Amino acid sequence: MATIYKPGMAAIFETEEAILKAAHKVKEMGFKKFDAITPYPVHGMEEACGIQRSWIPYVAFVMGVFGCSSGWLLTWWTSAVNWPLNIGGKPFHSLPAFIPIMFELTILFSALSSVAALFYACGLPRVNPPIIHPDLTCHKFAIFIPRDDVGYDEGKIEGMFQALGASAIKRAEF
Amino acid sequence: MMKRNPLVLGHKTLKQITEDIVAPVETMPSKGWLGLFLSAKMLFIFYIITLALVVSTGMGLLGVNHPNGWGTMIITFVFWIGIGHAGTLISAILFLFRQKWRTSVARTAEAMTVFAVMTAGLFPLLHTGRPWLDFWLFPYPNQRGPLWVNFRSPLLWDVFAVSTYATVSMVFWYIGMVPDFATIRDRAKNKIRHTVYGILSLGWRGTAKNWSHYEMLYLLLAGLSAPLVLSVHTIVSFDFAVSNLPGWHTTIFPPYFVAGAIFSGFGMVVTLMTFVRIGFPEFKNYITLDHMEVMNKIIMTTGLMVGYAYASEFFVAWYSGNIYERAVFINRALGAYGWSYWVMVSCNVLIPQLFWFKKIRRSIPIMFVISIFVNIGMWFERFVITVTSLHHDFLPSNWGNYAWTMYDTAILVGSFGMFLTLFLLYLRVFPAISIAEIKPVKDVGYGGGQH
Repeated sequence: MATIYKPGMAAIFETEEAILKAAHKVKEMGFKKFDAITPYPVHGMEEACGIQRSWIPYVAFVMGVFGCSSGWLLTWWTSAVNWPLNIGGKPFHSLPAFIPIMFELTILFSALSSVAALFYACGLPRVNPPIIHPDLTCHKFAIFIPRDDVGYDEGKIEGMFQALGASAIKRAEF
Repeated sequence: MMKRNPLVLGHKTLKQITEDIVAPVETMPSKGWLGLFLSAKMLFIFYIITLALVVSTGMGLLGVNHPNGWGTMIITFVFWIGIGHAGTLISAILFLFRQKWRTSVARTAEAMTVFAVMTAGLFPLLHTGRPWLDFWLFPYPNQRGPLWVNFRSPLLWDVFAVSTYATVSMVFWYIGMVPDFATIRDRAKNKIRHTVYGILSLGWRGTAKNWSHYEMLYLLLAGLSAPLVLSVHTIVSFDFAVSNLPGWHTTIFPPYFVAGAIFSGFGMVVTLMTFVRIGFPEFKNYITLDHMEVMNKIIMTTGLMVGYAYASEFFVAWYSGNIYERAVFINRALGAYGWSYWVMVSCNVLIPQLFWFKKIRRSIPIMFVISIFVNIGMWFERFVITVTSLHHDFLPSNWGNYAWTMYDTAILVGSFGMFLTLFLLYLRVFPAISIAEIKPVKDVGYGGGQH
């Protein structure tokens, strides 16, 4: 997926506590488009960055309902409408026997579309995206503020990062 | 408050965790691994040749014939599908119950699930006898009417259940690995590794917004997999229970099958984990004796559950007053295949009771031997269910024994070659413990990590 990467300022932090504090501070300073990069999901980061609850469950629910109804439609249409066959004298539309199919399709549709939703939400797959530092998927943490964020001022941001105890500050594209 | 034992031993730093887990991917394989891999691969090749012979000559090579229309292939299918269930139980159900200890075994257990389902999935496809026509199993518009599949048949439910299960568990497994692939990509010194893991990681960067969606998706997939895994073995049991055959036609089958599946799967997880601990000694800090002990407790508990199911089946056969039902069960324990019944009872109910002793629960050699017994016992459980019911039904003129051939043996043994080849490759190519999931729990038991 073609994503335009933005230039901006990045600060590297060494610990989980430091990155949480930094995220809180950056949010307090009024930045809106910043992001925190961590090697694992850090507890409390959503509150610190002011991230809304993910919308993926809505996709899962709607597609689950869709999968369930398509399971019902498929079994009903094939068994009772398109080519009804008398099997052991059972009703053509034998709903109880169709429940397993409807259930499996509910799960299948819901699971696969939730994954598709994640791909959409995170802009995956990306080909060779710029990374700020290779250790950010291992043991370091970072905050990135893009240049188009409100109140972007390189000097001010650098000072703030330094005060927060950043181990490195650099201009980066992300 | 009771003090928790650490989940990760040795006060690891974040960097050490990455290095420990990625080490098998980044280093050359040891002689031990190579030896195991070559043997597994030989067995796999042998398996492929056997299957080729069975497909080209016909199902007659196996012992299946009237009245035993189902034999090794179906028995071994249920066996492998059951093995897979423990992986989903660990990765999804224990995740929903917030069992933090699951973290270090979940990845490998899920890999076991995927490979076990792949191994299992071949059997029903080949058992049709004409595997090149297997697309008939799916409802697709055709020029024969269109003649649709029979949605009232449990065998068709099985097609949907197993293919959904295979798809969802593979996706769940892969999504779990995406951040770890990114870790390997960013550490890669050589270009090929960087490219391969870069593609596998899908360009993951781990921003807070991404993690927020990711964690939600993981929760959703766990929530979807949990009922899915229960439904799959329920539907597998319907293959038997929906028929009118005495010994199959019982309402206890769905929970009995699910408990048995979890039991056998944990047996296999313990077998594999002892190997992993020997092969990669550094992993002993992540897959600790405490982990093994917890799994042994589950084996013991589910062993009691299947024991209860065996007893309950006998009670119901007697209590029902149905002479055919009674005859089948008396024949099951005392008839021509009585030996297999007692192998099953001793391996599944009696031997796991040794785990009441803490010393035994925490002894690697003993738990390894017991887990092998569990695997043997659970294969025999499916043998008992399938063969003892089929070979001795309503009419004495319809009775007959299962003519086991060398091809039955070859298929059973060979399927382990396929499974182990895939599993051994996995251990070297993919991070065998979830790096991103283990890091948040590294301080549990050290007075921190109380998220």
